Amino acid sequence: MSLFIAQLLNGLQFGILLFLLAAGLTLVFGIMSFINLAHGVLYMLGAYFAAATFALTQSFLLGVVVATAGVFLVAAAADRLGLSVLHKRDHLDQVLATFGIVIFCNELVRWIWGNAPVFMDTPAALSDSLDIFGFIYPAYRLVILGAGLIIAVGLYWLIERTRIGMLIRAGASNRVMVSALGVNIGWLNVFIFALGGGLAGLAGALIGPITSVQPGMGDGILILTLVVIVIGGIGSIRGAFLGALIVGLVDTLGRIYLPTLLRSVADPSVANAVGPALASIGVYLLMAVVLAFKPDGLFPVRRRQG
Amino acid sequence: MIQRTLRLAGLATALAALTISTQATAQLKIGFMATMSGPAATLGQDQYDGFMLGIEHSGGKLGGQQITVIKEDDQLKVDVGVQAIQKLIEKDKVDLITGVTFSNVMMAVAKPLADANMIFIGSNAGPGPLAGPQCNQNFFFTSWQNDAQSEVMGKFAADKGYKRVYVMAPNYQAGKDFVSGFKRFYPTPLVGEVYTQLNQPDYSAEIAQMMAAKPDALYVFYPGGMGVAFVRQMRQAGALGKVPLLSTSTTDGSTLPALKETALGVLSGTFWGPDFDNPVSQKFVADFRAKYKRIPSQYAAQAYDAALLLDSALKKTGGKVADKAALRAALRQADFKSLRGDFKINTNGFPIQSMHVFEVAKDSTGEVSLKTIATPLKAHADAYVSQCSLK
Repeated sequence: MSLFIAQLLNGLQFGILLFLLAAGLTLVFGIMSFINLAHGVLYMLGAYFAAATFALTQSFLLGVVVATAGVFLVAAAADRLGLSVLHKRDHLDQVLATFGIVIFCNELVRWIWGNAPVFMDTPAALSDSLDIFGFIYPAYRLVILGAGLIIAVGLYWLIERTRIGMLIRAGASNRVMVSALGVNIGWLNVFIFALGGGLAGLAGALIGPITSVQPGMGDGILILTLVVIVIGGIGSIRGAFLGALIVGLVDTLGRIYLPTLLRSVADPSVANAVGPALASIGVYLLMAVVLAFKPDGLFPVRRRQG
Repeated sequence: MIQRTLRLAGLATALAALTISTQATAQLKIGFMATMSGPAATLGQDQYDGFMLGIEHSGGKLGGQQITVIKEDDQLKVDVGVQAIQKLIEKDKVDLITGVTFSNVMMAVAKPLADANMIFIGSNAGPGPLAGPQCNQNFFFTSWQNDAQSEVMGKFAADKGYKRVYVMAPNYQAGKDFVSGFKRFYPTPLVGEVYTQLNQPDYSAEIAQMMAAKPDALYVFYPGGMGVAFVRQMRQAGALGKVPLLSTSTTDGSTLPALKETALGVLSGTFWGPDFDNPVSQKFVADFRAKYKRIPSQYAAQAYDAALLLDSALKKTGGKVADKAALRAALRQADFKSLRGDFKINTNGFPIQSMHVFEVAKDSTGEVSLKTIATPLKAHADAYVSQCSLK
């Protein structure tokens, strides 16, 4: 039983990890209607900035700050320097363009930092493990859990309770009207894009120490992030949060319990062959089922026409 | 009009200069193909650096012949690899080919190499079919047959008397091959056999599951970035101190720089380590560190031996490659001092060598490296040689 609770915690924690990435992506996709495949690259840059800062200063906290601010600026610059052209274009054009950016940035990172994974470690103070429900749990994972929750609350407060948040929501509903009311919608969009980038950079800096910091590290997790925002509902922070938790739980519990379940009903060799394959498609099956019943996702944003 | 003539003249001169420069006084052309781009490029780069150092240590020549090495990148893509091999054979007209990092590329280029009757020295991938039914008299390998690196860990686990062994690997062909290699020499039934997704970022759930099974030892195959992520997460879960971690290709020259002290205590199995105390190995390690500013990995050592093997064979044939039968016989003799100690070539072209177990530990200079702790398999031949029809 305590193993099940530990796995639940693992699933929730993986979900929060996905939320850190999904939050930025859903904001940009939902409010600016801009499919940004390069979001994974921003995540990767965050991890590299943090690793480079850590190598120079040995300070993990400074690494996180530099990563977040650095990627915020990179995203703002990218938007001003040309990405904004894509806002008005077709979604397919956006996919093509940002995919090109992904390839370019992966090679750029490879050129600057080399092919091999880069060294990064959790700060010494957080490298211990704690005893929870009789199970050893890494302290650093709880930090990620905490960070994700703080960001979720912070984003909610930003969108629902501040003036900028009000402008963001208004811009999502009716761009033209907001512009007519004297708000510079162009700069608002830059801010949203940069905010999404900053969140991705923060995610990269936090997740870097527990995984491998290497070129292309953002590509795989981007796919899972897209699944999260599709299941949760595009443009909705609440959808991203709950969708990420659901995906995290389904993926983790599926990976652990599906093969076990199969082993109890089928031949061990069959279970060994089919189990992992089934577990890996579990999340996509879930997405298909959700889309079949709720095409806009589980918690979609109410959009006003006109 | 004048501008156009000038431009044409300039182009012609440049082309002439190019053709003149490629007709250098090299007498032997060797094609080198490996994965030089993408996430696995560190392996291909190590192979290249090791091979070139081997040529340097042989006096800058092989068998007294000036060498031109033509480098090709297969980008870990089977079609690109086949095209590159065909270019080397047909356009560059090389005399020998060496290298190849990954088994899928190796299997694909085996056919064009065989069709061209081209002598090939493999310095990494050693897939089973090429050791067995599809063996070829022209293929020689200075690395290993793929299963050997997991077989040695299985034998180590059996020797240590572990009763409850848990196994984890990624769910693809290589992962399954390495697990079956381990099981070949570890006959006790496993308490767990888990296949994770390829390039899965988070192993916390599987690690928790493994800890719940309370095994005596854990064997994993997680190459590249997967290895970095897995070892880090094992350490953070506090599992590394509790369960002995046996591995293959998880803590090698390509992942240790990213892991450093995190990987201390992890065990791995292969044919060579940088702490070997024979003179050839010591010279190799010292010069490699001085020249390339990093500790050589096994991939560099494999390619270094390929150069030494070629040198010894070419010395026997007087530098001639036209008589392929004589060159093959000379290569089969492997009459040179390998940096791994005992090294013979079997009838299928694969090595007969000892396999060792290493522990990640700090070396005398304080850098994280590999330390030899056991030699479970001595003069070990691969499991497929009986299926090869060559004698």
